[in-house]
This record gives sequence, C-alpha cells and structure tokens, in this order.
Amino acid sequence: MRGSNVVGEAAVRAGCRFYFGYPITPQNELPEYMSSRLLEVGGTFIQAESEISAINMVLGASAAGARAMTSSSSPGLALKQEGISYMAGMELPAVIVNMMRGGPGLGNIAPSAADYFQATRGGGNGDYRTPVLAPAGCQELAELTFTAFELADCYRTPVMLLGDGLMGQVMEPVVFPDPIDLESRTPLECTLDGCVNREPKKLYSMYLGQQGELMQHNWDLQAKYETITAKEQRWENYLTDDAEIVVVAYGTASRIARAAINELREKGLKVGLFRPITLWPYPKKHLRALAGDKVKMAVFELSAGQMVEDVALSVGERSEIYFYGVPGGVIPTPADVTAFLRSVQAEDGKKGRRYEI
Amino acid sequence: MSQPAMKQVFKRPDSLKPAETHYCPGCGHSIAHRLVAECLDELDLREKTIGVPPVGCAVLAYNYFNFDMVEAPHGRALAVATGIKRVHPDKFVLTYQGDGDLAAIGTAETIHAANRGEKISTIFINNAIYGMTGGQMAPTTTLGLVATTTPGGRDPDRDGRPIDISRMLAVCENTVYIERCALTSVKDIKKAKKAIKKSFQVQLDRLGFSLVELLSPCPTNWKMTPRKAFEWVNQEMIKTYPPGVIKDTTGY
Amino acid sequence: MIVIDRERCKGCHLCVDVCPTKVIVVDTKLNKKGYQPALFIEEVEEGAKGCTGCAMCASVCPDVAIEVYRAQ
Repeated sequence: MRGSNVVGEAAVRAGCRFYFGYPITPQNELPEYMSSRLLEVGGTFIQAESEISAINMVLGASAAGARAMTSSSSPGLALKQEGISYMAGMELPAVIVNMMRGGPGLGNIAPSAADYFQATRGGGNGDYRTPVLAPAGCQELAELTFTAFELADCYRTPVMLLGDGLMGQVMEPVVFPDPIDLESRTPLECTLDGCVNREPKKLYSMYLGQQGELMQHNWDLQAKYETITAKEQRWENYLTDDAEIVVVAYGTASRIARAAINELREKGLKVGLFRPITLWPYPKKHLRALAGDKVKMAVFELSAGQMVEDVALSVGERSEIYFYGVPGGVIPTPADVTAFLRSVQAEDGKKGRRYEI
Repeated sequence: MSQPAMKQVFKRPDSLKPAETHYCPGCGHSIAHRLVAECLDELDLREKTIGVPPVGCAVLAYNYFNFDMVEAPHGRALAVATGIKRVHPDKFVLTYQGDGDLAAIGTAETIHAANRGEKISTIFINNAIYGMTGGQMAPTTTLGLVATTTPGGRDPDRDGRPIDISRMLAVCENTVYIERCALTSVKDIKKAKKAIKKSFQVQLDRLGFSLVELLSPCPTNWKMTPRKAFEWVNQEMIKTYPPGVIKDTTGY
Repeated sequence: MIVIDRERCKGCHLCVDVCPTKVIVVDTKLNKKGYQPALFIEEVEEGAKGCTGCAMCASVCPDVAIEVYRAQ
C-alpha cells in the first residue's frame, strides 16, 4: 500500500473519524484517501480553506472529544504552528502528519527532512514540546500512527508524525495493528459536550493572573514533558555492538544508510546504525551509551544539518562526530553514504565533514 | 398599608454567571452577553451549548457565559466551531466575535464557514475599533474616526473604506439569515434580541449558517461618555452600517 | 420597583437617561470601584407616577445590575 494511504488507513483503524486538511504536494493522496474512507465509517472529512483553518478544525474536534487528524507538507506545517502551540497550551490531543519536502519557503516537491527543528523545537511560540515520531517505512507508518493517537490521548498533547515525500509515495506490504474499539474509549476529562448535570468547562491557554498562574501552568507542562521523556523514548540499534562507526539517521535517511551499512559490513567495516524513532524525546542516553573514543558518530540527514545538533548534545566530546547531509530535496544514494563512511574511516574529509562542537 | 405582592420580571439569565464583568461602563458586550444568555434560556439550550469566544475584549467570555467554551486563536473561531459542530451535530454551537476576529484575521474562516453553511450561529460585535489592544483601526472603523493607527482619522486612500462583511457573506447561498442591529436604545435592544433568537432557531432547524451583527458602543476607545457613545451609534455609525435585515431566506 | 446592585453598577448612567418616570438618579456617593452608581428613588412625590416596572432600565443596563419587580 502507498505510504500516504497507509497513514490514512491506520488512522481510521486507530479510531480517527475526523480529518481536516488542505492539498499540498507531496501528500495529497492522504486527504484524497480520507475523503472516501471516512465516509465508509461514518466519519467526517473537510477540505478546509487553508492549513491554518484545518489545524483549528482539529482543535475544535479535539475539544469536542474526537480523535482528529490533519496532514500537510513543510510550508503548510509552518502555517499550523499557531494552532499547535494553542493545543499544547490547552492540553488537547491531536495527530499532525508532515510529509516533508524541500525548503525553505516554497522550496520544491522532492522529499527532504529539513523540518527537524520545526518539529522538535516547537515551531510555535512558547515553552512547549510535542512528541515527534519518525517512521522509516510503510510498516512503521502504520504502527506509529496508532502510537501517535495513543500518546496524544494519554498525555493530552499534539503529536507529530514526521514522514517525507518519498515515504508517502513508496508502496510496501503492511500488516495493520488491530482496529481499536471506539465504543470502549473513555472520553477525556477535557471533552466539551454540553454542561448537563455538571459545571460548564472552559478550555484555554491564556492565564492573565498576577500571581504567576502562567508560570505555574508552564511548570506543569514541563513536568508532563519530563514524564514523556522518561517513558516514551523509542529507538533502534542495528549492528552497534562492535561498531567502530555508528551512523545516526532517521526516516528515509536511515533506509539509505542501512543499505550502505550492509554493503560495508560484507567488506569487513565495523559499522552500525543508531536510529532514533522518537525525535522528541530524543533518545540521548541511549546514543551516549554507544559513544567512546574508539567510536565515531556519522550523522546522515536529508538536510543541511539539524539532528546533528542533538547528536552533539547527546554525545558531547566522547566521540568524534562527522556529518553528511544534502538539503533541497536531493536524495543521496547508498553509494554516496558508503563514500561518506569510507571518508569517516579515513578521516580525509572527502565526503561530508567533521562536525566540531 | 400592606405591600402588594411583587413578581420579579427581570433578573439575570441562567446562561450568564453572576461574575462581574471587566467590560467598561457602557460597553455593548455586556448587553450582548445578556441577550445571548436570555435567548439560550428561553430556548432551553444552555446545557447543550458549546461556545467559542474571540480574542478581543471578550476573550474572557468563558468567565461570564455559563456553558462549555473553548478558546480559539485570533480569527479562527469559526474553524474551531466547525470542528465542534461536526463532532456534535446535535449540540448547539455559537461563536461570539469582534470585528478584528471576524473580518480581519479571521476573514477566510468566516467566509468559508458561511459558504459551507455550517449550522452555527455567529454573534458579530461591531464596535468599529480594536478595543482590547487600545483603539487601533478595525476593518469596520468608519471614515474620519480617529484610531491610534489612523492619524487624522481613517482615510479612504491610505486605509481603505470600512468593510461590510455582512453584506459580503449574504452572497453565500448556504448562509440563510443575516441581520444587523444596534444595541443603543431600548427599542434596538429588543430588536437585537429577536434577531439573536431567530439566528438560534435557524440552527435548531438546521437551515444553514446565520449571523447577527450588533453595532456596539465602545466609550473608552471612542473617547466618549457612555451617553455620547450611544448617540454616536444612533446618529453616525448607522450611516455606514444601517441596521436591518441583510438576508433572510428562512421563510419564517 | 427595581433593586440596583450599587457595587455592581459601573456608573454608565444609561438607565438614568432611559427611565420614563425619572425615578433613577446619579448617586453622589461613590461605590467601592470608584464609580457614581445609579440610585433608585423609591418614595416619589404626591401624584407622581413612580416606577411602573417597565424594565427599560434593566434592558439597557450593561451589567445586569438591576432587578425589576412588578405588583401582581
């Protein structure tokens, strides 16, 4: 099944009955799929007038108690930041899908992964974070869509699913998790459904009081983020036990890297892959556990270098860090990555560069 | 002589909390809040209502209205309300928005909710100025009115003319009822209440989108006394924004 | 007759203007917020109409500060 459609199908099976979106290449297959699939399950699809309107429809649907989703690509995600910040402040669940493309600005429609900062640093205003899940193929697109809805409900937070244009277009076999039983889902405490036999509820992110109410609210949010950081990190170690070079890559970049790693292993080079699956919370300690002066980190990204900063934060000066990345929607081949890793081994700077802290 | 038995004929409606508002003396918001609350009471809708306040002076409306409310980013109330109404088609959903919220930053959301004919009732408070932020020009600021960002008064060449969003929305076929009323005399207040109630009935009958525009005095930012502000609406503002029915395909 | 909550009143005096029998005046004493609230004149002169319970004051009051009662 095609990646974009996988997300849609997984969302429906995970109980999503409300999708609001706006067309933008390269993820149009997802709203198109949802427009007919939701009809089959009695859900609601609205093609909104903009990405801004779509995220706000998600906000309303979520406040009303539903599992709601929106999707877009990089420039459209820039528009959604206000809504995401509000939902983080109001503690409302939502799933937001970004099929990344080249930027900045209008960029191009080729796959890229240059929205790492936007996704993991909280692209909107204020001190907030959103869990960011980075699948590396269609099977993970399916599984992590379920995870996204679960995390969103469990922690009352917007959750981002970060794919890219390539992942959205490829077709791979998928085994979907079992559909959830919507009837048995308990409504969240924050649900607005009319104040019958109870006090009216108000959902807001504004705290104007003079007694430090907003400060306290922020500390409460930070405590929540600490809990998520403690409990929800996800990552994969591939052939890292005896690795002298550890490639650090996520998403499509990790697939390309894996092919290069397999080839180099056959030729006797001890190279492995550390693949973060949650980009926030970043699995820092687990990456740090692999570092040491006999291990080199080789960061590979489809960008000019964003995750490499988190690698530097995780590893510090324990290992030398090397970086190879190509921005603007150009996708390196496994041969390019092989050349990078050879260059890391030789320390000759011919492909990629040493990343100085 | 014994006191004759007294019957209370006017009291605070249930859909309004007893909280004292932060609105200025003579502000139209308080009157509008009360009318909305009275209509909800009369139609027995309080426990089914979910409301979306604006960003503006009424941003704290959830402290005054006695029903479920959810904040929306500035201008996005009708998109948020759309999400709510699609999840709960059987509940009563209203937005309460000012002129900046509805006709500046929220123009796209307003037009498209009206165009889709969302079964939502919108109360549009037009006070021809940006109140909460201290008196800057609104899209509805009338020519010559001095706002803090229109030195010398609104100029048609430099600032454009006041927008008539209600008439623009009337073009949308799925928008079935739009009326403009003032809040600045007892007679106008009675008419405004009738219009609000009709808009609520439109939603109950699922006919489409409806909007009531209320010309609202803003004594503080117009730099007038409440009395003078009321007069200004009745004598000046209605020249740009004449009250009356702008669209009615309800058949009522 | 009417009951004005003088602490709730913000002294906009719209009720004073609107009352047809002129039984509401501006109080000289300030309330806690520093406004001069409206004041209801309960005892009227011989022959004067007094409050008819028309509720025009309450209808124009922005602060729901007035309750209105009518003889049954």
